[in-house]
Amino acid sequence: MGKMNNNLVQIADGIKFIPGASAIVAPLNKLINWGRAGSIWPATFGLACCAIEMMVAGSSTNDLDRFGIIFRASPRQADCLILAGTITKKMAPVVRRVFDQMPEPRYVLAMGSCACTGGIFDTYAVVQGADEFLPVDVYIPGCPPRPEALLEGLIKLQEKIMQEQGRWSNLV
Amino acid sequence: MEQLGIAEQLREKFPGSILEIITHRGQVTLLVDRKDIFAICQVLKTDHQMNHLNCLCGVDNLKRTAAHLERFEVVYQFYSIDNRTSLRIKAQIPESDPSIDSITSLWTGANWLERETYDLLGIVFNNHPKLERILTAEDWEGYPLRKDYALRGDKEWKGLEELREKAIRLRQYDFYGAQTEQE
Ligand code: SF4
Repeated sequence: MGKMNNNLVQIADGIKFIPGASAIVAPLNKLINWGRAGSIWPATFGLACCAIEMMVAGSSTNDLDRFGIIFRASPRQADCLILAGTITKKMAPVVRRVFDQMPEPRYVLAMGSCACTGGIFDTYAVVQGADEFLPVDVYIPGCPPRPEALLEGLIKLQEKIMQEQGRWSNLV
Repeated sequence: MEQLGIAEQLREKFPGSILEIITHRGQVTLLVDRKDIFAICQVLKTDHQMNHLNCLCGVDNLKRTAAHLERFEVVYQFYSIDNRTSLRIKAQIPESDPSIDSITSLWTGANWLERETYDLLGIVFNNHPKLERILTAEDWEGYPLRKDYALRGDKEWKGLEELREKAIRLRQYDFYGAQTEQE
């Protein structure tokens, strides 16, 4: 955040603020990524025990709001699907439908051993990992992962978003 | 003991159906033949005020060797709220024809319990109002709680295979999926 020679203030990687003019200069790509990384809206969607831990992450102690992470009750307003829990085979088509309703850009976090690999439920009824039918961006191990681990996963997702190239137009 | 009294009265009423009366730690269990199960339950409900069905479930005794006992059992746990007595009934179900009369018309709460027993063990309940699978998917094959059912299932459920195909088909609409497809 140091002052630059020409008086521009760097507020994030490659994003500069012009003091006094209330204006920002940045490459469009970086600006869009910066905006997205700071406003990840996950769908309110829990599947099993991990969802309890997700709720704790959203509570005042850990306070997801400070990252701009606000839970949305509809997948159509969400950017991110946190798969918090065991995905049974019967539930899997429903999970996919929730994902299909989300508009681009959309991200998927697999939270917990169950969503990552099926976890302890290596059985007839449980999908052995969400990546069998969803493009997973971040895997969070643990059974259940602590809220801090979910935060870490979300920060990893932010880092991933910041590195994306042209996820906003077919022309890029 | 009141429960034993009920058991003895039932034995008098249904001499051919009550196979055995077991007492263990003050709990009375009746092993019964399945043919009179509805009549027995009706007597329990009307004459002995067994107004509460605690639980109904099935058991698979695959390795049981006793000659007079069958592979499957349906276990009924009754309780009389008025008399504070409980009674357990185990109906024997042969492997060749796993079926028994439904008691949903006596205790409405038996409805979903019987569906669960049907879903997981494949025991058919005659005269059930809606005998469909309740936990697994409608088009599931096999009965997962049977002891000879493989832990991971014998073959994949159709629905999941369709889902995997759908995921591949829809990949072109994903940002990264579309990129890899172009390459
Ligand atoms: S990973 Fe553990 S805590 Fe999370 S849903 Fe699976 S069993 Fe529950």
